[in-house]
Amino acid sequence: MRHLALPILPALCLALAGLLAPAAPAVAQSGPLRIEITEGVIEPMPIAVPNFVPEGGDAAQLASQISRVVVDDLVGTGLFREIPPSAHIGRVTSFSSPVQYADWKAINADALITGGVSVQAGQVTVKFRLHDVFAGQEMGAGLQFTGTEAGWRRMAHKVADAVYSRITGEDPYFDSRTVFVAEEGPKDARRKRLAIMDYDGANVQYLTDSASIVLAPRFSSTGDRVLYTSYETGRPQIYVLDVASVGRRVLDTGQGDMAFSPRFAPDGNTVVYSLTQGSNTDIYRMDLATGQSVRLTDAASIETAPSFSPDGSRIVFESDRSGSQQLYIMPATGGEAQRISFGEGRYGTPVWSPRGDLIAFTKQSKGRFHIGVMRIDGSGERLLTASFLDEGPSWSPNGRVIMFARETQGEQGTSSLYTVDITGRNLKRVATPQGASDPAWGPLQ
Amino acid sequence: MTYLAKAILLSATLGLGLAGCSSMSPDRFDNVTDLNASGGANGLPSDPTSPAYFQQAVGDRVLFEVDQSTLNPAARQILDQQVQWLLANADYQAQIEGHADEQGTREYNLALGASRATSVRDYLVSMGVPDYRLSTISYGKERPLEICSAEACYAKNRRAVTVLKSGAGF
Repeated sequence: MRHLALPILPALCLALAGLLAPAAPAVAQSGPLRIEITEGVIEPMPIAVPNFVPEGGDAAQLASQISRVVVDDLVGTGLFREIPPSAHIGRVTSFSSPVQYADWKAINADALITGGVSVQAGQVTVKFRLHDVFAGQEMGAGLQFTGTEAGWRRMAHKVADAVYSRITGEDPYFDSRTVFVAEEGPKDARRKRLAIMDYDGANVQYLTDSASIVLAPRFSSTGDRVLYTSYETGRPQIYVLDVASVGRRVLDTGQGDMAFSPRFAPDGNTVVYSLTQGSNTDIYRMDLATGQSVRLTDAASIETAPSFSPDGSRIVFESDRSGSQQLYIMPATGGEAQRISFGEGRYGTPVWSPRGDLIAFTKQSKGRFHIGVMRIDGSGERLLTASFLDEGPSWSPNGRVIMFARETQGEQGTSSLYTVDITGRNLKRVATPQGASDPAWGPLQ
Repeated sequence: MTYLAKAILLSATLGLGLAGCSSMSPDRFDNVTDLNASGGANGLPSDPTSPAYFQQAVGDRVLFEVDQSTLNPAARQILDQQVQWLLANADYQAQIEGHADEQGTREYNLALGASRATSVRDYLVSMGVPDYRLSTISYGKERPLEICSAEACYAKNRRAVTVLKSGAGF
């Protein structure tokens, strides 16, 4: 599994750490080139990304592939638009030569990304510079990344992440992975496997076979482990899977007919989940090291789909104690819960944003499903999507984008993954080899 | 509260009480055969002691309203017949499968299916079927019977199916 190891030269690690740290606004403000992500309609910024220059070894194809992934990442945000290479006047034949800014001004590129790629003994080195065309200068320092040839996509994502961060001032998210349920077969005999992939659908790998139904995986905050629910023993039970070794173990949740809906606490040491006994489903919390569990809710109704606040102090969850599914927030140690959803319809699958300010949810109203967001006090509800069946939002690591599953209607209905910006713009399907559901977006790698 | 609701609540309470006395371990049902599946083991529908008869003449499933797990009069009528059959055919145990239609979120539907299966189990127990002969499992919306996206199909998918099992030595 760990084929994507990415040794970065020590000095460059430092450079990268500085860049990606949230408290580095100076980088984004070093030039006038800036996208403020707001609720309003925005005109995508025109960028030019001439093919990265092959600089040594057999790097021509790789250089071209890496340039394409950088473009796909950036354009995929809806914030950038590519000026295609066929429209370029300037030619970049050497990474180190001075840039002729007039050539790029002439085609109205706001930003120019130049890069170089070399391959040596299976190691790939990618260098890039971001240019503010109208200022006629570089924006931030050039960076380089070194990694294995198999991990070339990660280096492309790193380049795009750096560009995205410098121009938007936001934390990046391209170098991240998603765990999900891969689906095959008809609706009444669907086969499900746990799978992991890059955030953009590349590099799909399967973590389980399809012998048992698997449901709703979730990453730990560092991405090293995945929690999920499986019928492997004949009834739903919770498993913890180590991503590197693909080894898994069942959580001993003690008494109860089934355990499901597991989520990690931000510290990775604690798991919250639902336990069903008879007709009653409540939320429990388990210390992974000791296996000790405590009950957090105590109602005769269904309490499930818990999600921690980023600081670990609170839990948002869904309950039908009022007569229909609604969202509630309680202290992470249990106790009195405050209802936060009051709109028309049913609210489920709440997920706390990594920034802490929003809750994403699934809403059912008038026979339609929506993915939406609201503030943690329940105000400011906004529905981002509408379809026959949208379900299960998951946040990008920077809290700008939501991935979810959309099932199409009818006997041939299939499930696919989609992303949408929290502004409601830029709805896109994530390409997966088969059907896919229950996405959980992992952290930045 | 109506008399009906009280009766359901009472049976639910009874059922929960009894459930606490027995283990719900699924291992008890290892090496058993699903006798509701079609095939020779089902026997003939004309034989009142056969699983085929239970399926077809008695009725092996009850249906639920949207987002509900309470038993309506039609459901209780079927379950009354299941009780009679199960009491007359004491060699059989049963696993009650709870299901939901696709119009709901996955994890909620899992809990809802469990609640439906439990409603059936509790009713059967309240009417005299020994608790140890019954188990429950929820499939949520994972195993629909009908696959159209219309109420005609949803209504059939919101179900609890009493699946007969007969194990060696039972």
